[in-house]
Amino acid sequence: MKKIFAGLLAVAFGIVLLIGISLNTGLFGYNDSLPEDGAASHYISKDVNGKTDEVVFGETTGAETGSANMVTSVIANYRSFDTLGEVTVLFLAALGVSLLAGTMDKGRKRSGSGFILRTSARILFPLMLVTGIYIFTHGHLTPGGGFPGGSMIASSFLLLYLADESFRANVKGFKVAEGLAGTLYVAIGIVGLLAAGYFLVNFLPTGTVGNLLSAGIIPVVYVIIGLKVGSEITGIVADMFNEEVKA
Amino acid sequence: MIKFASLLLIIIGLYGILSTRNVIKILVGINVMEIGINVFIIAMGFVNDGAAPILSVDNPVNVLKFVDPVAQALVLTSIVIGLGITALGLVFARKIHKKYGTYDLSETGGES
Repeated sequence: MKKIFAGLLAVAFGIVLLIGISLNTGLFGYNDSLPEDGAASHYISKDVNGKTDEVVFGETTGAETGSANMVTSVIANYRSFDTLGEVTVLFLAALGVSLLAGTMDKGRKRSGSGFILRTSARILFPLMLVTGIYIFTHGHLTPGGGFPGGSMIASSFLLLYLADESFRANVKGFKVAEGLAGTLYVAIGIVGLLAAGYFLVNFLPTGTVGNLLSAGIIPVVYVIIGLKVGSEITGIVADMFNEEVKA
Repeated sequence: MIKFASLLLIIIGLYGILSTRNVIKILVGINVMEIGINVFIIAMGFVNDGAAPILSVDNPVNVLKFVDPVAQALVLTSIVIGLGITALGLVFARKIHKKYGTYDLSETGGES
């Protein structure tokens, strides 16, 4: 009975959404081009602060934000304050996890793993770590960035946890790294406030579009985010593994 | 088209949340619904024949057609928040299991 009612409610909700979307086609999505005056067009042509010439990969110097990856320029430059809030939300979630898991009994016996997993984890761990670092240092050039890179670092530690039953990550060190990274992010914002008058403004020279050392504070911010997210999710993983499994 | 397919995911997720009282299954439902919403937001930023919004050797000039980068940035935020919700929810589920010995909310002795 409950399932029939749930199904009816879900289908009714879906029909309402479907009607809403199909009646307002102009509001949802674009067809052949982005609107000329929309925020997206300004982010793509990098002319939020005034008209600029077209930006060419590998040639243009000193463009606004100077990041080849436009998603990164939105996340770590135009809407950096939003990202600061997002990182704070993730920090709160990690804090909640460690508060709740920390009150449980520690030191349960984890089941052992096989020879294949142990051996391949030893080979895979450094590769995953280096790939994660590569992804967050190249966030302004290629797909990826601080969040995927940090998750990849955390998943390499998860692999170690799965492979070795006596492995314990240095949780205190990760907490220190996380707090340091968060403080550095705010410090960069305050330096921008003092140097150029706006919180989190891109105050460094933006360089040539497409170079590794370009885009001003974007790579700096993304490395900080990568370290913060990596240590945060590793902390969550460690908290979950340390808690007791039996009631 | 993907816009409407993502609605199906949202409906499945909502059904998963409503039809069961098992905490783990509710969390899975929340995640399915969240994926549907993310796909919907990405689909809203789609432009016909648009390229991924990254300047590269293949797409060197920014006067070409690109899809909306703002939608993708929003979804990145949403994924991270979803991860936080899932982690917190799983720890709550473990707390419930530790206290009542079951993941089923209807057996925990609370209301209904």
